[in-house]
Amino acid sequence: MSGAPARPVNRKPGISERMNFLLKEMWKYRLSYLFILPFMAMFIVFILIPVVSGVLLSFTYFNAFDFPSWRGWLNYQNLFSQDIIFLQHVLPNSFKFAVFVGPVGYILAFLLAWLIAQLPNTMRTWYALAMYAPSLSAGIAMTVVWTVMFTGDRSGYINSFLLKWGIIEKPVLFLLDKDFLLNIMIIVSIWSSMGIGFLAILAGILNVDRQLYEAGRIDGISSRLQEVWYITIPMMKPQMMFAAIMAIVHTIKSGGIGVQLSGTNPTPNYAGQLLIDHINDYGFIRFELGYASAISIVVLLMCYALSKFFGYLFAPKEDE
Amino acid sequence: MQEARMTAMQRKLKIKWSDFVLALKLIDRAQIWIAICLLPLAIFMLLPLVYLFNHAFKPLHELFKFPPTFIVREPTTGNFSELFAMTESTIVPVSRYVFNSVVVTLLSSVAMVITGAMCAYPLSKHPFPGSKLVLGLIMLSLLFATEAIAIPRFIVIQSLGIMNTYLGHVLPLVAMPVGVFLLKQFMDQVPNELLEAAKIDGAKEFKIFLRIVMPIVTPAIATISILAFQSAWGNIETSTLFMQEDSMKTLPFYMSTLTAGLSNSVARQGAAAAGALIMFLPSLLIFLIFQRKVITTMAHSGIK
Repeated sequence: MSGAPARPVNRKPGISERMNFLLKEMWKYRLSYLFILPFMAMFIVFILIPVVSGVLLSFTYFNAFDFPSWRGWLNYQNLFSQDIIFLQHVLPNSFKFAVFVGPVGYILAFLLAWLIAQLPNTMRTWYALAMYAPSLSAGIAMTVVWTVMFTGDRSGYINSFLLKWGIIEKPVLFLLDKDFLLNIMIIVSIWSSMGIGFLAILAGILNVDRQLYEAGRIDGISSRLQEVWYITIPMMKPQMMFAAIMAIVHTIKSGGIGVQLSGTNPTPNYAGQLLIDHINDYGFIRFELGYASAISIVVLLMCYALSKFFGYLFAPKEDE
Repeated sequence: MQEARMTAMQRKLKIKWSDFVLALKLIDRAQIWIAICLLPLAIFMLLPLVYLFNHAFKPLHELFKFPPTFIVREPTTGNFSELFAMTESTIVPVSRYVFNSVVVTLLSSVAMVITGAMCAYPLSKHPFPGSKLVLGLIMLSLLFATEAIAIPRFIVIQSLGIMNTYLGHVLPLVAMPVGVFLLKQFMDQVPNELLEAAKIDGAKEFKIFLRIVMPIVTPAIATISILAFQSAWGNIETSTLFMQEDSMKTLPFYMSTLTAGLSNSVARQGAAAAGALIMFLPSLLIFLIFQRKVITTMAHSGIK
């Protein structure tokens, strides 16, 4: 910086001057650009360009065969004024689903990761495997295990237990009843939510320097709870943030659970219809891709707002 | 003098050892309680794995029993031989799908981890002009529903002319925003002083990245490797959308054809069960290897 000419402090730099400065800065960091080049090239070609064209498509009518025709804001207007299914079922369902699955899954992930981190090494791997197993088997067994549990006649495990204990008179059609489906979906999702966020938290907890706990003990930290609150959580803010964002993404992006459990799309009485199911319904069953894109833009904006909110929630504590 | 040093070291070791024993005694009881309390939950969570393993070895009449039996009564390997016998009459043998899957998975997961780490390093440590924008874009893309961009992606692949090539399998997977984001979060924890010190010692950027940053973030690398492997190995999208020749498709695609549209028929269910286990085993192995790696690196990483 010593080589730069001294600039009068009270004068704003002109545009050409600022450009010059920016270019110099960029040249200084040329190696950084080289580092990000391979990833960014793939990112731009396979994610950014498709997403941008998705945004453009959301302003059109597009049925995947004819050339898209421009519709302006009509898709968005229809979504918020005409689409009764979206307003009456999909939005409330997704909201309830997200409110339960997101925070519960997140807290559970932290709790389990912390407990597992306390175990001796070999045991730790096996417990971690157990918790991660539902995500690892990636839905292969999910529906099989759960549909068997909740099957609607006396052969389903839950029904046969309830019948045996005399709690119910006749078998309940759990997966086709709109009062049960969403709740069952919430349980199943929490069960399978120990995914990448959980692994990141586990790695983060193990990554905390042991000496810090020693130091903390000298400074008067007496219980494990205090250790968690004053040392573990502040030390692994980045991983907590990552897990929080992954929890949001997981809840908003998870779809198809209701469809898999009940076996029909749309789900019975739209009881288990989530945002992604709605997109799939319009995009790949009705082939209204413009409209489906508009829904996904709305989903993106919702996710963005939520993650900003979480960022805001976590940010002030970072300075402490 | 050497003796003096020896005794000093021995004393040090002794103190360390007794500390260790003390710590072990303190933690031991808590650990046992945790292990016992978590055991039922762990068993419950492991159910899908138990099911997968047992299902693959069930003879036909057990596969269709209702309510299903979790544990296999009369195990048989018939399902596996059925799976491999099925493709003897077709043009593309099962081994070709396996070969495709192995090539694609290896190439893409290695590429995912390397490009991801290389991208995360400057994002975390160099405030280059535009770094905020790049990070923002990556975070935003995490939130985008991939369902909605299938068609634009198809058009991109088509215009690049990489349909029916291995590149068409690998390249779309390489950009994994989750990986960059997690690695960046871990690299934020690497103290800047360490990098400064290395710079003063005359290390170039690439050497710092390779020798200092990468070893410290090994846990994150291992975690991302698990995820990368899983997403590449189980990926069906590239086979369905970008590959028109059967000989270029992958194993998971073949597995999905076994059960798709056959959910009510009796035929091939055994083969599908065997296939599900074959699909699942590599993921399990990778998880165990890399998770162990996470734990051992934690134990040895001294730099903090």
